[in-house]
Amino acid sequence: MNLVAWGSLDAFLTMGGYGLYVWGSFGITAVLMVLEPVLIRQRHLQALQQLAQELQAQEGDAASSPQQEPSVK
Amino acid sequence: MTRLNWFTFSSPATFYPLAGKCIPWLWAITAVFGLSGLFMGFFIAPTDAVQGEGYRIIFVHVPASWMSMLIYLVMAGWAGAGLMFNTRLSYVMAQALAPTGALMAVLSLATGSLWGKPMWGTWWIWDARLTSELILLFLYLGYMGLHASIDDTRRADKASAILALVGVVNVPIIYFSVKWWNTLHQGASVSLTKSPSMAQTMLLAMLLMTFCFWAYSMAVALQRARAMVLERERYTDWAQQLPEVRRGQA
Repeated sequence: MNLVAWGSLDAFLTMGGYGLYVWGSFGITAVLMVLEPVLIRQRHLQALQQLAQELQAQEGDAASSPQQEPSVK
Repeated sequence: MTRLNWFTFSSPATFYPLAGKCIPWLWAITAVFGLSGLFMGFFIAPTDAVQGEGYRIIFVHVPASWMSMLIYLVMAGWAGAGLMFNTRLSYVMAQALAPTGALMAVLSLATGSLWGKPMWGTWWIWDARLTSELILLFLYLGYMGLHASIDDTRRADKASAILALVGVVNVPIIYFSVKWWNTLHQGASVSLTKSPSMAQTMLLAMLLMTFCFWAYSMAVALQRARAMVLERERYTDWAQQLPEVRRGQA
């Protein structure tokens, strides 16, 4: 296996005249593939935060009103 | 001998930590295959005799296109499993895959367009292959839209699962479109029935990139599924007792 003889950085970036199309393709792929996990991470942290709030609210209820209201089922 | 009960894994409380352990490995696989695929694709695969350097777009175009179809099949499989076994996690998996599948369809169309402009002289043409891939994107969006439009999660799961299953017809249409119709899109360079019509190193680079996209899809789908499990199970004890929730609260 031989390395491709690009010669210069300029030749590599120009891609034989297809630079815009080749780097455009790899660029949009890279952007979307970085963005997606970042958005998911945010969603995950939000879900954790919501859970923590839920828990706090429940523990708050339990502490402030011990057997005040008889639970009607 | 203890028998392995596969339904154990369908419990969200088991799935959540297990998936959390798999995700870093999947990212590692993504990085290894991605870096080696890029190196192979840009520094070892030779210049194409006809398409010059422009052909290198296939190293993202083909994996994205393959994944867009594969993810749809897996998504429909989970949707079908959900309808059959009524397991909560199956619907979560189906729903978690949809945005990633849509992303792959967008990438397939966008990179195809960037390839089409210099090679065919047009960004877009209503060709059978291109049109059926666009329909695939609409199926993903329709699935997500339908799910989002129904408030009751169980009903949303079932309705969108049926849509996903009906849409499966489109996948073989995309795959065989270049054979069934006389299209501008070239035929398959790699198929199961004949030896590939491309240089070994080009093929290897494409396969490495495909494994990278595959591991990426698994990683993000599992991550999204984990977030969705927390959203759906926020009133359950196991979710509220998670160490990361306790820590976040402190």
